[in-house]
Amino acid sequence: MDHNTPILAVDDLTISYRVGRRWLRAVHDIHLRVQAGEIVGLVGESGSGKSTVATGVMRFLPPNGRIEPGSRIALLGDELAGRSRREMQRVWGARMAFVPQNPATALNPSLKVGEQIAEIVRHHQGLDRRAARAQAVAALRRVNLADAARLANRYPHELSGGMQQRVAIAMALSTSPQLLVLDEPTTSLDVTTEAVILDLIRTLIAEEGAGAIYVTHNLGVVAQLCNRVTVLYAGEIMEEAPVRALFERPLHPYTIGLIQSMPRLGQTKDRATLPTIPGLPPPLAEMPAGCVFEPRCPLAIPICRTKPPLDAPDGERRVRCHRWGEIARGEVTLQTSVEDGVEAPAGSRPGLLRVDGLTKHFPVRRSLKQILRGTRPRPVRAVDGVNLSIQRGKTLGLVGESGSGKTTLARVIIGLEERTAGTITLLGADVSGTVRDRARETLAQLQMVFQNPQDSLNPYLTVGQALSRPLIRLAGMSREQAAAEARRLLEAVNLSADYAHRYPGELSGGEKQRVAIARAFASNPALILCDEPVSSLDVSVQAAVLNLLARLQAERDTSYLFISHDLAVVGYLADYLAVMYLGELFEVGYAAELFHPPYHPYTEALISAIPQPDPDRPTTRVRLTDDIPSPRNIPTGCRFHTRCPRKIGAICETEAPPWRDGGDEHYIKCHIPLDELAALQRGVAVDDGA
Amino acid sequence: MSRFLARRLLFLIFTLFLTTVIVFLLTRVLPGDVARVLLGRDASPAAVEAKREELGLNDPLVVQYVNWAVDFVRGDWGQTFASPRQDIRAIVTERLVNSGRLAFLTLLIALPLAITLGVIAGLTEGKLSDSVISVLSLSVVSLPEFVTGLFLINTVALRWRDNPIADALGWFPASSAVRPDLSFREALPALWLPAIAATLVLMAYIVRLVRAGVIEELKKDYVRTAVLKGLPYRTVIVKHVLRNALIPTVTVIATSSGWLISGMVVIESVFSYPGLGRLLINTAINNRDLPLIQAIVAVTVVIILLANFTADLLYALLNPRIRLE
Amino acid sequence: MTHSALSRVRPARFSRGAGSIGRFLIALLRSPQSAAGTVIVLFFLALALFGAQIAPYRANDQSNPPRHPPTAAPLERLRRVWDDPGRLFETETYRPGPYPFGTDTLGRDVFSRVILGTSSIFRVAGFGTLIAVVIGTFLGLFAGYQGGLVDEIITRVFDALLAMPALLLALVILGIIRNVETEPGSFQAALADNAVLLVIALVYVPIVARVVRSSTLEVKTRAFVQAAQIRGESWGYILFREIFPSVIPALVVEASLRFSYAIFLVASLGFLGVAARPPSPDWGLMVNENRGGYYQLAPWALEYPAAAIALLVIGVNLMSDGIRRAVQRSE
Repeated sequence: MDHNTPILAVDDLTISYRVGRRWLRAVHDIHLRVQAGEIVGLVGESGSGKSTVATGVMRFLPPNGRIEPGSRIALLGDELAGRSRREMQRVWGARMAFVPQNPATALNPSLKVGEQIAEIVRHHQGLDRRAARAQAVAALRRVNLADAARLANRYPHELSGGMQQRVAIAMALSTSPQLLVLDEPTTSLDVTTEAVILDLIRTLIAEEGAGAIYVTHNLGVVAQLCNRVTVLYAGEIMEEAPVRALFERPLHPYTIGLIQSMPRLGQTKDRATLPTIPGLPPPLAEMPAGCVFEPRCPLAIPICRTKPPLDAPDGERRVRCHRWGEIARGEVTLQTSVEDGVEAPAGSRPGLLRVDGLTKHFPVRRSLKQILRGTRPRPVRAVDGVNLSIQRGKTLGLVGESGSGKTTLARVIIGLEERTAGTITLLGADVSGTVRDRARETLAQLQMVFQNPQDSLNPYLTVGQALSRPLIRLAGMSREQAAAEARRLLEAVNLSADYAHRYPGELSGGEKQRVAIARAFASNPALILCDEPVSSLDVSVQAAVLNLLARLQAERDTSYLFISHDLAVVGYLADYLAVMYLGELFEVGYAAELFHPPYHPYTEALISAIPQPDPDRPTTRVRLTDDIPSPRNIPTGCRFHTRCPRKIGAICETEAPPWRDGGDEHYIKCHIPLDELAALQRGVAVDDGA
Repeated sequence: MSRFLARRLLFLIFTLFLTTVIVFLLTRVLPGDVARVLLGRDASPAAVEAKREELGLNDPLVVQYVNWAVDFVRGDWGQTFASPRQDIRAIVTERLVNSGRLAFLTLLIALPLAITLGVIAGLTEGKLSDSVISVLSLSVVSLPEFVTGLFLINTVALRWRDNPIADALGWFPASSAVRPDLSFREALPALWLPAIAATLVLMAYIVRLVRAGVIEELKKDYVRTAVLKGLPYRTVIVKHVLRNALIPTVTVIATSSGWLISGMVVIESVFSYPGLGRLLINTAINNRDLPLIQAIVAVTVVIILLANFTADLLYALLNPRIRLE
Repeated sequence: MTHSALSRVRPARFSRGAGSIGRFLIALLRSPQSAAGTVIVLFFLALALFGAQIAPYRANDQSNPPRHPPTAAPLERLRRVWDDPGRLFETETYRPGPYPFGTDTLGRDVFSRVILGTSSIFRVAGFGTLIAVVIGTFLGLFAGYQGGLVDEIITRVFDALLAMPALLLALVILGIIRNVETEPGSFQAALADNAVLLVIALVYVPIVARVVRSSTLEVKTRAFVQAAQIRGESWGYILFREIFPSVIPALVVEASLRFSYAIFLVASLGFLGVAARPPSPDWGLMVNENRGGYYQLAPWALEYPAAAIALLVIGVNLMSDGIRRAVQRSE
């Protein structure tokens, strides 16, 4: 075989879906090249058609999808486009393998994982049972699963999410396929696990010399993992480039907007608002005739109403824009609505909320044996003695992996869960009870924005009804006053007043979250708890919502407790940060301080796990390879010692670490003195973009 | 495992208690004197009082219930109210055997057939075979058992009545006289027709459940994984889909036990088949024979709960997702 | 597999206001099966409402000749061909006569009795279901939202009740109370007169409650319910304004299913002789009464009511199947 033949060559790929009686083009005119050992990123927001391209390449479309004639998909020169399903069965699993998004549902729940791998090698390589099993165990070992032989006998539900994804990768690689298609394989994982899985994918692809397509919405992942990137929008290629070139010198306005709208580690709200891309992607049925990005493009000129060709600025790049030449020469620059940052009130402000020794344990039901023996099971210690305070008009950011107890902490503060111990003081008054015990005035002072916008609004109430209710109940307005105020609130969150008559089903995710924010602000609260409010939104929408939160805070002098697993997002909005692990805080400090050594080893791991949209990022990395322990079974001594990469010895296992004062209200809970930590961590400093 | 068993057992006892208490209260609290009903309108007050004393009806309700429950557990189910007074346990057991035979034959025919049809319909969702199976099962499940039963008598039994071969075999008598001393083989001819009627009703029910299960399973992500492994269609279906789709049918069989029992009450009545259901209607309810009603209810509930219990156990054993500690 | 591109196909999902009922009806009537089912049910409903005006004779008018064969020509022809396929080519003509479905052994007009029986089956099954739905909804919402011990008790008791098949429970209760003597005009008499209806309600309350409860459990974890709790909303507001609307789709499906089973149940209880008392024109009872002399006397007196039951139940089932699909589609 000619070694210049690419592993995968896709040309003129067009895929349509049947909707009712019409066939609508979902992706159009796609070109892809994947060379051996190369990972090609397929990036786009939801609805961009990236998954359609991936499944189309696999020749595995749903029954209402079809590949249009003229499309060419060549795997090492073999044309796949016209092949029958039976012929594809010889390609699937053997020459081309798929790694799914959600391993928890993608593995068969009632087959042992070893068998799920072994059946592939048996089928494609004709191995007997024993040889296949041995190969399955070897495949599991390759993805760094300890004790692979025993693991092969487990069922998927007995494994953690990270382990399940390793199994899925082992499965895909078991036959040494030529092409791997990975469909957002880390989206459902924690950022620490994601980092480990990305390392693994990178190493394995390099070893195997296979080609890979990596579908993702996360530019950071692309920068860390891929060699080349294809940016998709509304089913078309906007730009294609080697990863470094793309991040250094993006040529398409969409790419530029996408890269800029992602907050970097160390970027803060007081420096500048995040650039955003206004508008929404067009629906399939209403594709613009010209450039698909034209309606949202800040650089659009009349010629953009005609379809731009897919130009090739040089041998390595392609871009579909009429104005790429001007952009490349710097004749036009993209002024994406960047404004001056919000002006944060300087210095220390009066205290608003104090939380002392807050503890929440969930009791576990006793088993029969325990009832007979008179013993009690250990409770789930979700939150264990947390102290924190929030000043008026400021934001406290709370970070940690899932399972760290952040959400439980918020739910106790807001009064949805009863505390086990500790006190909560708001404006000097004790509000430790649940919502049932709280006075109307207190309720009005504390509000919450939830994670999932789909869930936040009652689908059977109009936006106007949803906004009026807190105004009537908590702000004591009449129905008419509330209706008028609801309109003002909508405008405050950049939605037009006629949204009041719409139902949530008619809104996009970002619009729903704006309404949810408006609702939280309705009673003019002193503190709003934001529980991962942007984690389910697309990057460009996320930036707009973050800007909105920053602006409203400045206008109304509201405090936030902002919870997120994403340090960059938290860092953008927060003044002060708290890092939580297994129900305890491990580090607190000003956001500006926290991204410089010394950090707590856990914070260090979190920071180095974040996939940054910067291919040249320093590579000193700390990885947490184990999974977070169960809060039912909290490790002794320092809770982090089981996973700590900087563990110093027995003391970590036996004694709880002390709080160490790093000056300027920066505290770290660790056995290692801070100057030693700082010395160890010098290489991991974060460029804060100053 | 022990915890699971203990919980189930507790629930069984609680359910049995609750249902028998309901029946007990119904029979005792409602107006109308049992003794008078037994003796007739013309009986003297003294005789009625004597009868009440004899039946234990003058004791406080709690005492009556406890007496009954203790005796029941001991195996002494008492005697029928109606004369000639018979030993309840003996007649209930006899009828139970008959009903058991009918139920067994029904399940023997219905289960394999229904599961096969359900799987076919589920795998071919939206195609002709699915439409035919679905519409037929919807129609059959719609028909009350007595309509189905009478229809069968009309079309099969009456037609074949004069057929010499069927006659010689003794097949398809319109009313089934089954004596308990007959072996299953001997009783078989009389069982066919009621079993077919019960099968039709039960089968339609199971077909619908299995079909829905298969369709749901086909939508799962792991099916895509299996297909993209390049495995042949047969392997994907048999090894991956059916394994997961059929585990819940174990539970279906248990839930259908209630369905089957209530269906059999009607079918036994249509075919005059001497089973437990007919005993309940013709003897117990017609005579308002309270201890007999109570015994039949208790036995039925125990059977249903045991079926559920077995199904839960099997389900837990088959399904690796449920760990029995 | 979700294709995010497809989510953009319909930019706005339809609103859930008043328009959604119209859309639901369109979805219901679009499929031929459920449209047919709905037509059948509406036809019988019309008979139930206006039966007394349509029926040519009164239910117990025994002045007609007994065992008069049916005179509904096409139906009768069908029946005879069914009995003896050889008659397919017979040229005998049937003239429409005064007794389309014939008369029974007592000389009552079967056609009139079938028509007049419609109203009782609709009344008993309909109101029985309605009561079960109302009570079951309250209990299910309450238990599901409240949780804890209350929920535990309600659920366990209902689980225990559900261990008894509905028919058996109804049969036993009706069988026991059937011969209870009551004073005319008293409350007990009113109860006894509506015993079947009440028993239907009783046996279906646990089932409806269970469905509503599981739906409530799912809805109450959603953020909008928590947002209401954070506002300090009252218990009633959260249950009925926030949670209840989301329970309605599941409830509609369950109610239609319950109604079809209720008709089934009423007919079966009638057949078993514990529901209606002779001489009322109850379909199940008519089948039962005419069963004894089946072979010789008046087969039509059994066949037509049985056919009416089958037709109505199939209609209701087709309709409820359609309702289920229409609700799923509009979800």
